[in-house]
This record gives sequence, C-alpha cells and structure tokens, in this order.
Amino acid sequence: MSFDDRSPIYQQIADKIKRDILHGDLRADDQVMSTNQYAAFYRINPATAAKGFHQLLDEGYLYKRRGIGMFVSPDAQERLRTQRRERFFSDVVAPMVVEARALGIPLEEIIHHLNGKDGHVHD
Amino acid sequence: MFTIEVDDLRLSFGDTKALDGMSFRLGGGKIYGLLGRNGSGKTSLLSLLAAFRRPTAGTIRIDGENPWENAPLVRQICLIRESGDVYDQEKVSCVVRTAGDLRPSFDRDYADRLVERFQIPTRKRVQALSRGQKSALGCTLGLASRAPLTIFDESYLGMDAPSRYAFYDELLADYSDQPRTVIVSTHLIEEVSSLFEEVIIIDRGRLVAHDEADMLRSRGVAVTGPQEVVDTFTAGLTVLGTQRLGGTKSATVFGELNETQLSAARLAGLDLGPVSLQDLFVHLTTGVNR
Repeated sequence: MSFDDRSPIYQQIADKIKRDILHGDLRADDQVMSTNQYAAFYRINPATAAKGFHQLLDEGYLYKRRGIGMFVSPDAQERLRTQRRERFFSDVVAPMVVEARALGIPLEEIIHHLNGKDGHVHD
Repeated sequence: MFTIEVDDLRLSFGDTKALDGMSFRLGGGKIYGLLGRNGSGKTSLLSLLAAFRRPTAGTIRIDGENPWENAPLVRQICLIRESGDVYDQEKVSCVVRTAGDLRPSFDRDYADRLVERFQIPTRKRVQALSRGQKSALGCTLGLASRAPLTIFDESYLGMDAPSRYAFYDELLADYSDQPRTVIVSTHLIEEVSSLFEEVIIIDRGRLVAHDEADMLRSRGVAVTGPQEVVDTFTAGLTVLGTQRLGGTKSATVFGELNETQLSAARLAGLDLGPVSLQDLFVHLTTGVNR
C-alpha cells in the first residue's frame, strides 16, 4: 500500500483504515498504529497521518485511551456497513449495469452467473 | 522551533533578479517543501535564510530576528547544500568532529550512527568520496545538527534510491522525535511530497503558491469532455493548462470547485479527475516564455 499524489493523503489514510475495519482486518477494540509509527511505516509526514486519524476519531470510528493509543470503536464496522450498503447499488451495481449494457451482456446472464457461484457473492 | 518571516525579499546579480519581491510566513515546527524549477531562486532564497548572503532589499526574520551577521542565531541555522560545504582535504571523521564543535545542538552519537547507516568511509578524505557519499555526508551533518532550523537544499540528489529512502526514513524518525523547522528543496516532487506538511512553490524569483500539501493536492481538477462544453464550464475559472485530442479537451483547473459547479459538471457529462502535486507544479511553473 502506498499513497498517491493525486488526492489528500490524510483522506487516503482514513479511507484505508475504514476499509480495514469494514473487511475485518481491524476488529472492535483492536489498537491501531500510532501516528508516528504510521508515518514512519508509510513514509509520510506525521502531521498528515495525525490528520487522517483525527478524522476517524471525529467520526467515531476510532476512540482514544489516554496515554495508551487509539482503538477501533465497537460499532465501527456495523456503521460502515450500513453506510456502504446505502451506496452499494449506486456506486457498485449501477456502473456494472452500464458496462454490461455497453458490452451487450443481458442482465439475466449476470444474475445466472452470480447464482451459479454459490448463491451469494464473496469479497 | 523557528518561525520565518520573509517580506518583499529581493536579490539581484547585476541585471538578473534571482528573487523578485517574495513574501511569506512560516509558523515553524513543520517539514516544508520548497519546490521550484532549476533557476527559480530556491538556492538564492535558502542562502539568504541561512545568512550565506545578504539580500539586495527586503527583510528576513527568523525567530523574530535578522540573521545577517547574527552569530548566535546563525549557529542554530543549518543549511546543507549539495556540495556539502565541507573542506575537501579533511577526513570524514574530522569533518564530523568539526561540525560538532561548531554547533551547540549537534549530536555526535547520532552522526556516528548515520555515517554507519549510509556506509560513509570515515578514514577517507572528503575529496575521495563518491558523489553519493558526499551527499550522504551532507545529509548526516544536517540531521545530526538538530538545528532549530535545518535546510536541505537538494542535498540528497546525488544519492542512489536506497540511500535517499534511508534519508527520508531518518528525517521522519528524527523529526517525529524532535520536531523542528525543516525546509527541503527539490524538483523531484513525486518521491518526497508525502514528507511535507506545507509546500511553497516559487518560480522566476516569485512566490507562486504556499499551502498545506494536502490542500494543494485537492485544489487541482482535470476537467475533460467535448471542447465546447469544457470551454463553457471553465469560463471564469483559473485554467492552468489545456490539452486537446480530436474534439475532446482536458483543462487543468486550479481552485476547489463548489457544489453548484460540481453538479453542473456532472449534468453536462464532464469527467472530473484529480491532478497530482507534480502535475500541478508543472502547470504552475510552466511559463509561456520558456
């Protein structure tokens, strides 16, 4: 994982941690890296890393324990899931349908393909 | 942690205006990136900050004071140029010792660790070092100076990629440990820009942009679509550059778009994309005269 130069890095950091929480790589009450560890690991400015973490604290996905560090909020994964579910059809399904139409793939074929796997989609 | 205030700073060499009325303020305690093309005035500016030269006009205040012939202040400012500014005939070990004698904040143990990490042969004379080793020696002196204002003027350009990354790692680790004001000048933006908290872009002796690095990253937008639609949309906006391919046009716009503009672009079917700091720099410093 590295950060590109095309969008604010603090935003990319916050997005990456959210992704880790969503996919269960970071679980409830897991401790996250300190901003300095994070900055050193990814070779980024510590203030930039801190800004990314602050956004997650403000949004309640992380909580702080004074003198120890930052941890994943117990409800973080569920909140992210709810939020992403709302956007799933517009962000993921709609572009796929547009692409399928352009390629001349009928929706029935897509449905058949999805059912053919094992009835539900893994990530 | 030194603050820096520069007001209407000018430096001329005969008819050449190396700095042409530059003003900015740095709050201090951050890693600043100074970006500019070759000949844009980076080294001139940094030489003035470190009191290697005297300005033709204008003022500099570092920690509230004028650095010119101000020994107690200058002792706390460390400028490392690519040449290293060390005596060529001396042995590396001797250069490091001298640096320690000259600067109150110098950390000898840290310098020794860095010399080892960069694999600089201590018994060789400076003139016998390779370009990369000389650069690494400069970086070692700069980091170990622990000066409240430390400036690296393209000091690491002679180093190979592994040594440069070692330098970046050391800079971040040491800065995290002991925050101070650090200025790094470069034109290799992609590689180092993630180290900077604030960025100053200069061109032809003038200030072009000064902002948080992340703010600058969010301020460039590439607008792409049919030529007339792009032209209509970008009328009145700051367009830094355009490209055309057949009937399609792409315009690089500087400045964040507001919600109304964003939805107008979406309605018009325009494609909005990010612009990298490197591209933004290229657009901001590409004059028609060059």
